Amino acid sequence: MSSRQEMTRETTPPASGRPIIEMVGIRKVYDTGKVQVEALKGVDLRIEKGEFVAIVGPSGSGKSTLMNLVGCLDTPSGGDYFIGGEKVAGLSRDQLADVRNRRVGFVFQAFNLLPQISAFENVEMPLVFGGVPPKVRRAKVAELLERVGLGDRMDHKPTELSGGQMQRVAIARALAMDPDIVLADEPTGNLDTTSGTDIMGVFLDLWKQGSTLVVITHDMALARRASRIVEIRDGRIVSDRPAEQAA
Amino acid sequence: MLRDALLQLHRDLKSQKLRTLLTVFGLVWGTVAVTLLLAFGAGLKKNLIKQTAGLGDRICISWPGLTSIPYQGLGKGRRVRITDEDLETVRPRVDGLKRMSSEYTDGWKMVYNLKTYPVDVSGVSPEFAEMRNLIPVPGGRFLNPLDVSHQRRVVFLGNKVAEDIFGKGTDPVGKTVLFNGSPFLVIGVLTAKQQDSSYNSRDSDLAWIPGTTFRALTGRKYLSNFVFQPASALESKAVTESLRAALSRRLKFDPADKEAFSVWDTTEQFQFFEVFMLAFSLFLGIVGSLTLVVGGIGVSNIMNVIVDERTKEIGVKMALGAKSGAILRQFVVETMIVTAIGGAVGFAISLGICAVFPSSLQEFVGKPEVSPAVALITTGILGVIGFLAGFFPARSASRLDPVVAMKM
Repeated sequence: MSSRQEMTRETTPPASGRPIIEMVGIRKVYDTGKVQVEALKGVDLRIEKGEFVAIVGPSGSGKSTLMNLVGCLDTPSGGDYFIGGEKVAGLSRDQLADVRNRRVGFVFQAFNLLPQISAFENVEMPLVFGGVPPKVRRAKVAELLERVGLGDRMDHKPTELSGGQMQRVAIARALAMDPDIVLADEPTGNLDTTSGTDIMGVFLDLWKQGSTLVVITHDMALARRASRIVEIRDGRIVSDRPAEQAA
Repeated sequence: MLRDALLQLHRDLKSQKLRTLLTVFGLVWGTVAVTLLLAFGAGLKKNLIKQTAGLGDRICISWPGLTSIPYQGLGKGRRVRITDEDLETVRPRVDGLKRMSSEYTDGWKMVYNLKTYPVDVSGVSPEFAEMRNLIPVPGGRFLNPLDVSHQRRVVFLGNKVAEDIFGKGTDPVGKTVLFNGSPFLVIGVLTAKQQDSSYNSRDSDLAWIPGTTFRALTGRKYLSNFVFQPASALESKAVTESLRAALSRRLKFDPADKEAFSVWDTTEQFQFFEVFMLAFSLFLGIVGSLTLVVGGIGVSNIMNVIVDERTKEIGVKMALGAKSGAILRQFVVETMIVTAIGGAVGFAISLGICAVFPSSLQEFVGKPEVSPAVALITTGILGVIGFLAGFFPARSASRLDPVVAMKM
């Protein structure tokens, strides 16, 4: 435990560096025609390089909305958002796609792998979109699949893999472009306890290797392993503290 | 870059095997149905024309006669005599005249292997074959322009003449026969044909030589009769009148003198036939279009069924950083390739079916003729339908938020 605390301290950047994620007064309003729903009512959030942040909260609290905004899958209705120092507000759809490709790696609850192509090809996709040359791609994909322990399953299709293995493929895919941040939305939600623990272990390894992680979860067991827990309720952050204090 | 795009395409087609297969199948099915329908239609039409046109393909046969009306101080009862030069002179003045050939006829003695056979011989020009449906048995040919200009001694034999002289098993092409003592090279034999009317003799009993050769050997100057073909059967009356007028000016007889120049218009029976064929083509066109619509519905249904699947896929790709333009561009290329494959396979299958179509049935319905243009157009239309059916859902999907698209 203490080693992780030390790590957190170590990875806290010097005052001069900009945080990976910097949100100021973020608002998000969904216009559903008759009713306007304010999903986020002014959120301030800073995430430094090397942090492992768990975002928790009941359903409908706005945590999925927050995740979409952090991942540049959606744009805020108000406030300022910088990812890696780059201003996100006002970017076009294609520019957002580019930011996602370079800066964010996604891990979804439902894996979202394309079912009919191999693990290798799934992991390769972001590299293709990012215009990485084929030779570099092949080496990178092989290295990543080795890293998540699926070096011998590269040619398997997702349907031929277990849930835990599929999520490992998804994690490898998230890391493909060396993103600034890995964003995981309920990564253990579709897994049994054993596989869930297993995937949790993969995330902890990533963190120890220096990745910046944001995990959205209501699995408190997973949240407690993070360095920091952000609790959101009714579109506002109600608590933001180191993990140990949440226990 | 291109290699990358192709690789990506290959991967995508592979990733959607069922979708690709079904789409290709829909395209193949539609192409085969329409192509075969029209192929059999064209074959049947040709066969009908061939059977009805034993004597000739919408031709008029005309004989010069004696004038029956005094004209410009010249008395009646004059013989109208026409030369090749007359025909060539009036030819450009007659609108709607497609082909024309003079014909010099006589009964000759033909000698082969010391045996003598009486044969009716016609001196004609190469155009004669098209007009009178004289089709050579493979391995031989009809008269050509060089035979005419060089006055070659070559002969094209009616199938019965050839059989009488050479027997059944021998190929007469390349053999030499004697006509009135002059050697003639046999260059071709007529394919047996149905013929329900004739003048002089049946074609199976005739022999044709170049008109120039005929004239050189006999010293004949004036043709026995001539054959012409209007561009369309419906124009035969006008063409005949125009030709009569042109000849009457040159040869000085009254244009109204029917006896100076008599015409057998065989197109009369074709006039009904052309209306019938028009109706038949229209019928095929309608059935073909309906088949195409059914095929199009099939293809677009497949595209629609897979919209959800595609939407999710597009959502995932966008989340991973694919730009909407790239997604749509890829969709366009994908559709084009799938369409090309479907069309090619459909065309090949149509060709295959026509190739194995039993020849015993061809006698009745003709030989089906696959038209590459029809296959191309059919595939094109189906491709466009499929493309439109797939493009709009794909475009809406690419405009959705990736998160929404992924949850479809």
